[in-house]
Amino acid sequence: MTAPSPINPVLPDQGGFVVELEQFSGPLDLLLHLIREDEVDITDLPIAKIADQFLAAINELGLNQAADYLEMAARLLRIKAQLLLPRRLGEDEWEDPRSELVRRLLEYQQIRELVGWLHQAATRRAEQFGRAYAPPAPELPPAPLEIELNDLLAAAERVIALIPEPMLHRVVPRPLDVEGATARIHALLADRAEFGWSDVVGAKPTVVEVLSAFISLLELAKRGTLRLEQPEPFSPMVIQREPPREAV
Amino acid sequence: MSPLAKLFEAALFAASRPLLLEELATLEPDAGADAARAALDELRAAWASDDHGVELVAIAGGWQFLTRREYAEPIERAQFALRPRRLSPAALETLAIIAYRQPVGRLEVDEIRGVDSGAVIDKLIERGLIEIVSRGEGLGRPLLYGSTPQFLEILGLTGLEDLPRLDELSVALRPPAPAEPE
Repeated sequence: MTAPSPINPVLPDQGGFVVELEQFSGPLDLLLHLIREDEVDITDLPIAKIADQFLAAINELGLNQAADYLEMAARLLRIKAQLLLPRRLGEDEWEDPRSELVRRLLEYQQIRELVGWLHQAATRRAEQFGRAYAPPAPELPPAPLEIELNDLLAAAERVIALIPEPMLHRVVPRPLDVEGATARIHALLADRAEFGWSDVVGAKPTVVEVLSAFISLLELAKRGTLRLEQPEPFSPMVIQREPPREAV
Repeated sequence: MSPLAKLFEAALFAASRPLLLEELATLEPDAGADAARAALDELRAAWASDDHGVELVAIAGGWQFLTRREYAEPIERAQFALRPRRLSPAALETLAIIAYRQPVGRLEVDEIRGVDSGAVIDKLIERGLIEIVSRGEGLGRPLLYGSTPQFLEILGLTGLEDLPRLDELSVALRPPAPAEPE
């Protein structure tokens, strides 16, 4: 008897037969295998023994995660428990809890016998070759389009109606007139040593005028032509002529 | 051979699948069913001898030229033709259940096999061995499957009646005798 190994698991209490995962096509198959190994009567299943062997087998085979096998394990344990329940002697109504399982096993065994037959038939058929030529599926040209002009127009209208209205944002070029603002500020500076923001842009300035004047003021302040002051937050800006620097 | 028999011979030679008598008859619709049958009989008689490497085989309800068994080995060794891929035990189980219980739904196949058969059924449909034949009456109107001519073809059967009868099997399916209380 070889030692259990993960590659070729050896079932305990089974005389050391080697099984592979693909060998069983389902829990019924495994169950039948165990029954055959034990050479027990299928109609008089020693359910306690078979249930234990089944549990051990699916543990060894790593099948204890597979739902179908787990369901069978649960079924076996339930039948085992039902058989342990005491029952009155001579009770006529008693039904063997194994009968449903036995019926399924016999049915499955029959299917397995048919599988053997089908396999033999297929193997025998495979010894004869037919003509291998398979004509390619014909590529039919698309059927000629037949359509009334009105239908075509109606279809076109439906398609056009589905086109969403384009969302256009019109960009209007409004160039800033920084030079004009600068000229105006220079004129003001020549006239007065100090003046206010409203003197530069007027009473009702446009956005462009405000921006032009502001950029111009910043530029002139940077050059040292004038000084910008705001006495307190949000109060009107005061523009003062900068005295010429001696250092420069 | 008569011209019609020769025409049938040519068609059977060209076809890659079994042709039914009715299909052969469409080659010469004016000849009539009786003439077609006679021509086929003539052709079969002509091919009945062992003097050829191929034989005219009754299969899947029709007729097909197949190579003789004894030449399978060398033809395959030379890779002039390949045997079809074998079906897995799971596939054969599912096929057996569908062939005998058709039309049958997936649930019944699952129940008999004790394991989910959805993937196997899909594969069998892909190989053209089973097909959806109708819908059941039950909840959700389940799809019901049946076998195809292709199924008969890969098994070399003339028809479903060639399958073993259930009472011929060693496992005769009868409800187990009620257990006697001790």
